[in-house]
Amino acid sequence: MPDIRSRRAGWAPLGLAPFAVYILLFLVAPTVVALATGLFDGEGRFTPSTLAALAEPVVVDAFVSSFWVSALTALAGAVIGALVCFALLGVRGDGALRSVVDAASGVLAQFGGVMLAFAFIATIGIQGLVTRWLLDAFGVDIFADGVWLYQVPGLLLPYLYFQVPLMVITFMPAMEGLRPQWAEAAATLGCSRAGFWLRVGAPILAPAFLGSLLLLFANAFSSYATAAALISQGAQIVPLQIRAALVSETVLGRENVAGALAVGMVVVMVLVMGAYSLLQRRTERWQR
Amino acid sequence: MSRVDIAPSRVTRTIILLLVGVVFAVPIVAMVEFTLRAGLEGGYDLNHWAGILDPENERRYRVLFAGIANSVVLAAVTVGIVVVLLVPTMILVTLRFPRLARPLEFVCLVPITVPAIVLVVGLAPVYSILARTVGTAPWTLAFAYGITVLPFAHRAVASALSAVDVVTLSEAARSLGAGWARVVVGVIMPNIRRGVLAASVIAVAVVLGEYTIASLLNRQNLQTALVQVSKSDPYVAVIFALLALAFAFVLLFVIARVGTARPRQRPMRWRP
Repeated sequence: MPDIRSRRAGWAPLGLAPFAVYILLFLVAPTVVALATGLFDGEGRFTPSTLAALAEPVVVDAFVSSFWVSALTALAGAVIGALVCFALLGVRGDGALRSVVDAASGVLAQFGGVMLAFAFIATIGIQGLVTRWLLDAFGVDIFADGVWLYQVPGLLLPYLYFQVPLMVITFMPAMEGLRPQWAEAAATLGCSRAGFWLRVGAPILAPAFLGSLLLLFANAFSSYATAAALISQGAQIVPLQIRAALVSETVLGRENVAGALAVGMVVVMVLVMGAYSLLQRRTERWQR
Repeated sequence: MSRVDIAPSRVTRTIILLLVGVVFAVPIVAMVEFTLRAGLEGGYDLNHWAGILDPENERRYRVLFAGIANSVVLAAVTVGIVVVLLVPTMILVTLRFPRLARPLEFVCLVPITVPAIVLVVGLAPVYSILARTVGTAPWTLAFAYGITVLPFAHRAVASALSAVDVVTLSEAARSLGAGWARVVVGVIMPNIRRGVLAASVIAVAVVLGEYTIASLLNRQNLQTALVQVSKSDPYVAVIFALLALAFAFVLLFVIARVGTARPRQRPMRWRP
């Protein structure tokens, strides 16, 4: 029987062309240009001098702040999100509650951005609902030591507001991959429910948990919109440094700073996402 | 229920979900409360909401409505890119170049590693070249958005494709005399429509929420307009943010319900 795969094989690769061209123009080209401006000078010579911008104290501080904000919110988000996934195991997978949680997670994890900044200004801004309530009811002034909402610490709560939902989205499939048969097998061997979670559940879920943790870190590290809407003065984290560099691009001698920052950022992202995909491979072993 | 033996007890479950649910509801409630504030002397009314409909304010909110219009166009064009460029490519790869499936997945996941804030550094020169050929119309930004939605869209379409035996379906269609266009549009597309729909909805949500690229390329969309309006009239900005969040929620909720409402539909039904 003539294999239909071999027929007209000469034309089929052409079908891949439109997508390939699109990827080249709008993914490969911008990425190469962004990285190249950080690595090469105006005449196209490789130069480490532009990368020297990465060693400036302001930039180093921004990387350190970005790292801490991302690590803290990733850790807290992963733990809280995993607890939510754990609780959702007892909820019908096709029920209304589950759909509400899924939809809300999707909205907050992928849609929030600027609007999350608004939400937290309305909540813990100077005139925010919670700020005023704490002051009126308990006499607690959360801004007694100065207004921290528009500084780096102010990013923590808004970031958690999209980190927890992202954890629910990414970790839930692994949680649902736990087979009831394993619990039955453990029970037959005299294992309690706590024992099952300690000896079977936790080791199986560990790679997926760590993977999601890394994904959350990467997500916070590269997040721009919430911080940009909240912090209009200064550039305390790396994405805001890129904003500052892009806006002041005309300043002499600073043309390549945005590119250098992009290089620094991509290096971090490649390391984190590389570790993520390694862990993901381990996770998939159990998800079949 | 088969999971009952590893699931937490009813009390534990309720405590966790209630606690997290309430904490996550507070900022939304705060937004609603904020839009209802009457003035400096306190009290609540619906004035800020009524103000949107007042024709007198039309000029003040012109930026906002222009931003919404741009975002709607961008969402439509981005969905077009997903449906016309990504989906056929994924079908073609599944049918004819299975060995390219992994590389394609890798490419589609690159935008996670190269986030929008990095991409925008290189997009500026690309768009300045593009401006000379196709102009600077708002819709052109959709080319960049098509890239940012790739990871989400790929995942949705890939899971739909893996649930259908695409090769057998296309062989059957081909042996009945269908051309390739017919195979893709008339046979495979209907079988993966739920995945394509999910991909489109995610694309719409991501595009309507996008701020990074638009603001740094000095374009106008819903989010940049919200930021701009928030500086002169924060109430209206929060009202529209609430409406946008509610719209995205309803969109994703409906998709979640449609996805689970009917038990998995068989790719082909045999009717004797």
